[in-house]
Amino acid sequence: MADVLVPREPVPVAPQGRRASAWYGMIFLVATEAALFIYLLFSYFFLASQAPNHWPPSGVPDPLVAGIDTLILLASSGTAWWAQRGIQLGSSIRLAAGLCVTILLGLVFAGVQGWEWAHKTFTPATNAYGSLYFTTTGLHIAHVAIGLIILAFLAVWAAMGRFTARRHLHVVVGVLYWHFVDVVWIFVFSTFYLSPRLG
Amino acid sequence: MADTTTETRVPPSGPDLAAIWETGPGLKGWFSTVDHKEIGKRYLVTALVFLFIGGIEALVMRAQLAQPNQTLLSPAEYNQLFTMHGVTMIFLYALPMLSGFSNYLWPLLLGSRDMAFPRLNAFSYWVYLASGIFIYSTFLIGQAPNVGWFNYVPLAGKEYDPGVNIDVYALGLIFLGISTTVGAINFIVSLMRTRAPGMSINRMPILVWGTLTASVANLFAVPALSAACLLLWLDRQFGMHFFDPLGGGQPLLWQHLFWIFGHPWVYALVLPAMGIVSDGLPTFCRRPLVGYTAVALATVATMVVGFGVWVHHMFATGMPGLALSFFGAASMIIAIPSAVSVFAWLGTIWTGRPVFKTPFLYFSGFILLFVIGGVSGFMTAAVPLDWQLTDTYFVVAHLHYVLLGINVFPVIGGLYYWFPKITGRMANERLGAWSFWISFIGFNVAFMPMHLSGLRGMPRRIYTYPDHMGWDVSNLLTSLGSAILAIGLLLTLYNFWISRRRGGLAGPNPWDAATLEWSVPSPPPAYNFARIPIVASRHPLWEVRLKSVKSQSNLNSEIVLDDGRETPATSTLDAEADAVLRMPGDSLWPALLTAALAGIFFGLLFHLWWLSGVAAIFSIGFLAAWLAPVAPPDRAEEPLVG
Repeated sequence: MADVLVPREPVPVAPQGRRASAWYGMIFLVATEAALFIYLLFSYFFLASQAPNHWPPSGVPDPLVAGIDTLILLASSGTAWWAQRGIQLGSSIRLAAGLCVTILLGLVFAGVQGWEWAHKTFTPATNAYGSLYFTTTGLHIAHVAIGLIILAFLAVWAAMGRFTARRHLHVVVGVLYWHFVDVVWIFVFSTFYLSPRLG
Repeated sequence: MADTTTETRVPPSGPDLAAIWETGPGLKGWFSTVDHKEIGKRYLVTALVFLFIGGIEALVMRAQLAQPNQTLLSPAEYNQLFTMHGVTMIFLYALPMLSGFSNYLWPLLLGSRDMAFPRLNAFSYWVYLASGIFIYSTFLIGQAPNVGWFNYVPLAGKEYDPGVNIDVYALGLIFLGISTTVGAINFIVSLMRTRAPGMSINRMPILVWGTLTASVANLFAVPALSAACLLLWLDRQFGMHFFDPLGGGQPLLWQHLFWIFGHPWVYALVLPAMGIVSDGLPTFCRRPLVGYTAVALATVATMVVGFGVWVHHMFATGMPGLALSFFGAASMIIAIPSAVSVFAWLGTIWTGRPVFKTPFLYFSGFILLFVIGGVSGFMTAAVPLDWQLTDTYFVVAHLHYVLLGINVFPVIGGLYYWFPKITGRMANERLGAWSFWISFIGFNVAFMPMHLSGLRGMPRRIYTYPDHMGWDVSNLLTSLGSAILAIGLLLTLYNFWISRRRGGLAGPNPWDAATLEWSVPSPPPAYNFARIPIVASRHPLWEVRLKSVKSQSNLNSEIVLDDGRETPATSTLDAEADAVLRMPGDSLWPALLTAALAGIFFGLLFHLWWLSGVAAIFSIGFLAAWLAPVAPPDRAEEPLVG
């Protein structure tokens, strides 16, 4: 009994991966952030269901540009995975390079999103739909910005050789956040660009 | 059993551990400590200060309402007072007080040396303090929040409330939400990873179940409030239309978001307090809690159902009958798990040998108040009756029975219970008993007649009332009772103040209690446990006398871990040790990050965008410095024993 509870053989010190507290911490941070987006999307569907006239008031948005932008963001999750795989194989250079490509894709996503904003015919103050659109996508861009800052720090630390194949918990946790930023966008995109086509 | 305790108190490696774990000296140490006991005490004291402030606000209101047609307060002043009373008690007292207990007690209850994230723990306290100051910052210039603690639009909109009052509310609660959220994550991960070997989930104290349930709920509930406050602030500052019907918005959206948060929140305010009773009451009944498994499951079940009852705050808003029926039924069903706990406590007293010490008085008094508050809640779960009673003093009476009965009474009982552990000295028993009876009588004199005011139609939140409405006697009684209650609470504070220096020495286990925190000296050393205990039952200190317990916990194990700040990591369900955690020491980053965040929020409040921008850059810098990778440990593996 006691041998199972307290193994006689040595155990890892400052454990990595899914034995690390930080990994669990990020999982729960992602959970509460996801809840924040759920409530914003709840607000969207609630106001849509209560709208007296047609919804969205400015017409169904064209999903083409935002759809391509979505693919760019999803690709950045792939490059982030590739970068993390690099350090698992012991290559700080592949990690740093992969993170830089990820950052670049994230910046392109944000730039295209800015282009979308500039070409909207309404503003946040036009009506409730405009408020919802700019607040939800704006909050998402804020998350992208935080994610980019995290990735930038990781890239710098990677270039400084602070991570090894055994010890790169920061990379695992930071990339997990970036995946969240990408996945939550799928729900935001589906809500604003696809769901109006269902009705 | 006393022998084991003495033995663990003088471990061979004691001095080394003290040097490793103690906080640094001076002002820098004060700002940079990550000791969960220090942080827990700060939470408790700060929450007591807010209880005091909120209590003064209540007494001023009761002076105004003691008789009809009084003019002590203007309507505008009264609005700010009742709003700040509610905001203070619900946000700045009730949950932080419970966080104080859990911060102080968790590692001691769980048999570890600190929380999973010690610096995050300090950060959650600093943000709580800063957001409390933020929320009170405009009180002194007469611009405090003023449309009630649930802050309904359109009254809270720019059109009807153009000052900073509501902006303080919205931004302040988002700020406080950061503290609640990181605190909740810390509790969950601490529970999953830092329990003593052998403390499987069926051996955890009920307080741990309560705080765990509240923490998980907060993760999913607090974002609803943060979202609502963000949308309201955007409506007010940038002309958005979330709550504005003329622009396609809906005032009801605020009510939905607020109560989706609000109802789980009120359970978060009571479940850990019920846990305090479930752990403390058995000590004074000289037997284990009746129905441990049922109480633990009831705790979790209450919260699950608690996410499906929010509309019972909105019965009078004109929703479809089907929705009303569903939420009415859910609000009645939630009485079942509460009843399970009540019968478990009654069974514990009934089959035990009660010792009438002060904590027992508060815990058993709580049971009565819980039942009364529960019954009036059950009444308002019936839709037709709610239509009659909503927005009357009946609801105010109900929520005070619930929040004072299920939060304040267990909290005061818990403070008496753990006072010897925290200070090393016993509180005065005679003063304690007086404080209980005065508080208990005062509370019932105050709030029982309030039901009658409500049944006779007195609306809540009116700053005065005409005479001959049939409300005079009940209001006078309420005002008298609240003054008596205040005397009882002050007596408790006085008792703590004198006993912390003059009380008799407590020793490790003055109540002869069963759980791990009582196996270490009072007050506990910085490292909590010289040797990490190996737990074999729910009652590590009662195993010899409890014949039902076969196995024996080892309080004097070979797990010393004195090569640095270390504590074992264990698996989530069975608590099998699988790693050694390296814990961080003193750090100034949490306090500095809080200061920078305060800069962001004050900038947003007063439209000093440059201040928010500069403070945001500082926040990123502090956070990066905090989280920067540290040098790897000198060895990758080490044995737990020997």
